Amino acid sequence: MIGIEHYVFLSAILFVLGVLGIFLNRKNIIVILMAIELILLAVNINLVAFSAFLGDLVGQIFAMFVLTVAAGEAAIGLAILVIYFRGRGTIAVDSVDRLKG
Amino acid sequence: MIQTIAFYLFAVIVVASAVMVISARNPVHSVLWLILAFFNAAGLMVLVGAEFIAMLLVIVYVGAVAVLFLFVVMMLDIDFAELRSGFVKNFPFGMLIALVLAVELIFGIGAWQIGGIQLGLAQGAGHMADAHSNIASLGAVLYGQYLFLFEAAGLILLVAMVGAIVLTHRERRAVRGQQNISKQVARRPDEATVMKSPESGKGIEL
Repeated sequence: MIGIEHYVFLSAILFVLGVLGIFLNRKNIIVILMAIELILLAVNINLVAFSAFLGDLVGQIFAMFVLTVAAGEAAIGLAILVIYFRGRGTIAVDSVDRLKG
Repeated sequence: MIQTIAFYLFAVIVVASAVMVISARNPVHSVLWLILAFFNAAGLMVLVGAEFIAMLLVIVYVGAVAVLFLFVVMMLDIDFAELRSGFVKNFPFGMLIALVLAVELIFGIGAWQIGGIQLGLAQGAGHMADAHSNIASLGAVLYGQYLFLFEAAGLILLVAMVGAIVLTHRERRAVRGQQNISKQVARRPDEATVMKSPESGKGIEL
């Protein structure tokens, strides 16, 4: 029988994989953005699973808002990536140091 | 029984494709694995009866975000081999972080399963899923209590769209380079204009 724990464990695994992806691909910002999408997917699975578990629809509403923010974040992130590549000819994260932060 | 099989099928594929997303050599393959992961996550959501969110996931993620990723990956001419050079070096540290995070999450879930902490009794009635279909009851909540948040979400999308366009829009330089001055100077009125005196009721030939 599938319970809420299965879903929570699955989303935990997905979340950890997303964080691991950020650490493994430290130089490739495209894969970092994809790993962030994986993390947001894990959050969405969690929200939907708890929504079904508690019989409360607000979880699904929040999943939609997370989806909205994820789409906006991807669009802005990729736009920044494109203009950065236009100016510098590389997207290696190490070389992003113009602000000397 | 069939639900259990479906859950494990979707779960295994979603985890496997997530592993492939973060470990594939070519980012194009990463995007394709990401699409597979989204499809299977949508399947998982259908299993618990959230079919509207599942379809939204397919439309927004697969139809928009993944295609955007694919577009950018293919548009930029990047030496991906150079970008992967730190993979082996970062592996132990990344594994350490991931292990710590996984242990924490498993510990938290285990503690929650034993009983969890009672923070208080639930007071108000939640938004229960009623006898209507998933999308009908979702719409009732979304356009009722969460109307302003919904409009704020639309505003976020608008700002994101305007931001992306403003960021990537390239202003064309003044057309000096395409101007042929000698051709303009050499232009004569008699070869630039033609006099016509058409009869009424007939067209003219230009």
